Amino acid sequence: MADVSSDGAFVEFERVQKSYDGENLVVKDLNLALPKGEFLTMLGPSGSGKTTCLMMLAGFETATHGDIRLDGVSINNIPPHKRGIGMVFQNYALFPHMTVAENLSFPLEVRKMGKSEREEKVKRALDMVQMGAFGGRRPAQMSGGQQQRIALARALVFEAELVLMDEPLGALDKQLREHMQFEIKRIADNLGITVVYVTHDQTEALTMSDRVAVFDDGRIQQLAPPDKLYEEPENSFVAQFIGENNTLEGTVKEIANGKALVELDDGELIDCKPINVSKPGERTRVSIRPERVEYNKERLQEGVHTLKAEVMEFIYMGDIFRTRLKVAGNDEFVIKTRNAPDVERLTPGQQIEIGWLPEDCRALDA
Amino acid sequence: MSDATQDGPVLAADGTPLKRSLARALRMQKLRALALIAPLLLFVLLTFIAPIADMLFRSVENQIVSATMPATVRELSDWDGTTGNPPGEEVFKALYFDLFLAAEAKEHTKLGTRLNYEKTGVSSLFRSSGRKLDDLGKDYQKAFKKIDKQLDEGEFWYTMMTGSGPASDALVTARKARFGDMTDESTKADIGFAPSQAITDLLPLTALAYTDFAVFTAIADGDTVAEEDPWEAVYVALAEDLATADVAAYTGPGADVLQAAQAGLDTIPVTSYTAFFEDIDKDWLDPEVWETVKMYSPKYTNGYFLNAVDLQKSPDGIEPRPENQQIYMKLFKRTMFMSLVITGSCILLGYPVAWILANLPMRTANLLMILVLLPFWTSLLVRTSAWKVMLQQQGVINDVLVWLGLVADDARLVMINNQFGTIVAMTHILLPFMILPLYSVMQTIPPTYLRAAKSLGATNWTAFWRVYFPQSVPGIGAGSILVFILSIGYYITPEIVGGTTGTFISNRIAYHISSSLNWGLAAALGTILLGVVLLLYYVYDKIVGIDNVKLG
Repeated sequence: MADVSSDGAFVEFERVQKSYDGENLVVKDLNLALPKGEFLTMLGPSGSGKTTCLMMLAGFETATHGDIRLDGVSINNIPPHKRGIGMVFQNYALFPHMTVAENLSFPLEVRKMGKSEREEKVKRALDMVQMGAFGGRRPAQMSGGQQQRIALARALVFEAELVLMDEPLGALDKQLREHMQFEIKRIADNLGITVVYVTHDQTEALTMSDRVAVFDDGRIQQLAPPDKLYEEPENSFVAQFIGENNTLEGTVKEIANGKALVELDDGELIDCKPINVSKPGERTRVSIRPERVEYNKERLQEGVHTLKAEVMEFIYMGDIFRTRLKVAGNDEFVIKTRNAPDVERLTPGQQIEIGWLPEDCRALDA
Repeated sequence: MSDATQDGPVLAADGTPLKRSLARALRMQKLRALALIAPLLLFVLLTFIAPIADMLFRSVENQIVSATMPATVRELSDWDGTTGNPPGEEVFKALYFDLFLAAEAKEHTKLGTRLNYEKTGVSSLFRSSGRKLDDLGKDYQKAFKKIDKQLDEGEFWYTMMTGSGPASDALVTARKARFGDMTDESTKADIGFAPSQAITDLLPLTALAYTDFAVFTAIADGDTVAEEDPWEAVYVALAEDLATADVAAYTGPGADVLQAAQAGLDTIPVTSYTAFFEDIDKDWLDPEVWETVKMYSPKYTNGYFLNAVDLQKSPDGIEPRPENQQIYMKLFKRTMFMSLVITGSCILLGYPVAWILANLPMRTANLLMILVLLPFWTSLLVRTSAWKVMLQQQGVINDVLVWLGLVADDARLVMINNQFGTIVAMTHILLPFMILPLYSVMQTIPPTYLRAAKSLGATNWTAFWRVYFPQSVPGIGAGSILVFILSIGYYITPEIVGGTTGTFISNRIAYHISSSLNWGLAAALGTILLGVVLLLYYVYDKIVGIDNVKLG
């Protein structure tokens, strides 16, 4: 194993910029460092620059500015085939004219490996993805899920330490996708490989990753473990993008003791945790998760501000109830409650009072 | 809805079997579809399939010998050519009457031309003999005229031959059919003559000759039989018949004249048919001539095909043609070789172009595609002639090379009217047929395959050769089939820039169609060419699989 660079990062982006047309930056000042063995997901809407970052790492695109380092060595000028990075493509890119075994054998052949060694490694890789019996098949004779496994095995067969995955589960149906998420995570953990995973599916990102980098507008908006990302979004984009989120707009009235008092646009006051606001008078967007909203008066904390709400819609979803409310002029305010015996089922038209813990309500940038 | 539990065929709602019900419902659709394609189907059948079938049929058709000289062919079947002797008197007698009718109908030259394909000199033999056939009869005619003036009159002959009693319609029908076979003319019309049975029995050969004369006069000339004087051949036949006929017992019209004629038979200068023909041309006694006639007398022949592969028939079986006449195998081989070279150069030149087109952005690719298609919008003749201008010894390329000092002025390169010129011009002309299928196949190969290969550690070359190239093979296949099949039958370009060393088999076919008029040989060559193409197609299907051919 090669020396790990001084700061311990295995993959490192330093001030990387990318432009295709010389006018617009697709990737703006990207800084990112991954330790060995991490499972990092790049998450973002399409056009946010996440795939471009992946392609720069793989070597199919060159950075317009900045440095990309692998194991402490700058790889800007190393052609893709010498980087030794495994890659799983969106449509698998299994070579249609080769059998599964030939596909897997290909990276070993170009590395001039002996025949018996090749066969052994191919077999091991196929067994790893539980496709041992499929060596003689052609890609076209297999289902999407099976092709996915083969693509994974091919990216792993030559023992790359870094594997890139570009929306590998995008073409699968929901059930298979969830199964494969688990599978990929398991294999990655077992092998101890470093994975950079690109997706636009936030559930996928949250369930699989050690850390998630949320991309928007060519920048990383937040880089954090899934729980932190969900519970403590650092700006309103991340709050909106990850999970379901309620937003209320208002102005900061005062900030004291780690608490902010926000006056909503209709004059009501609420308590928040200041994140991106520093002084009174600033506009802010307040974010609160649907499941953190409480309407049972007994459970509401003493002394917090409450808001009046009107029930617009009540949806029974089995394990949870999803209720749409009209709060402070916003009729897209959603709350979620667990289906439990003691939980009151609301009816449309009902007037209720809602509240939350100040630390669950985050005052973000406007 | 039918009940699932019932036995027997599934029934529709109205009780009819579901199958019939479905068939009826679909019939209208099928008929409508058929009606829609009917115009095209008819068009293709009438203007494409039928002419081709007719042309291919000519490669084995050989009715002309037996149609022009039916009696001769019949007599000749007993002759054994291996003895080295010419056939006997009977054959020459049959030949005389066959040839006489043929000469009157001007069919003997066609037969001569046909047989000349197989044996040189036969054509002139037939032509010159046709002119001299009258000589034999003229002497007979003069002698008979001396015996009785009436024998020189058409009207008397008509009366005599019509005779009395029942007419021999069978003879007329038979001779009409024989004439029809030879000339392809319609013989339905009434000729206004039929010999009586009695005269037919008495003078069989004369009746035959006179009926031939009557058929020809009525049908070919459109004259009235009674007003025309008979042919010289009729007098020859009369002399032949009178030598043995029992005229005394005959009582029909002109019996007295016939008796007088028989009595004066010794005044007629009888010559043997063999001697007569020998006198015309000694070649008639050449057994090889007769061997040729006999060999090509069947209605169907493989002679054209043998000729097309430089073989010929001989009394000892099939043998190669003389060295200096072997041309077609050489041409076939050259055609195949040059087509392969052209296909190969099209792949070499077209592949990179198609690759660039497939990898450029749509807008630029479309623009460049126009350049690829441009030759299609220019006349083939213009393009070919342009190459003539480019490649000739005083042409653009030679001028430039001389100006650059690469070639001496007195040693200008010969690049036209040879194989090189043909290959260059045809490669240029057929290149779009390679680029288009290649381009459309390459467009369907996602660039991720190359990326995947590189990410797996393949160099650019390996990625191309192991991953991209195999997937573009269907395009190469489609393009190669197109170019090869087109070039194997190409005509205009080799004709213009081919000279003598660059001509294709198609030029030879064209020559036989339009100049030598040996359509049978042309058809045989065409059939072989078609067979070769189909065979290659079959082999290609077996090796590569025709499913792998993609045009887009």
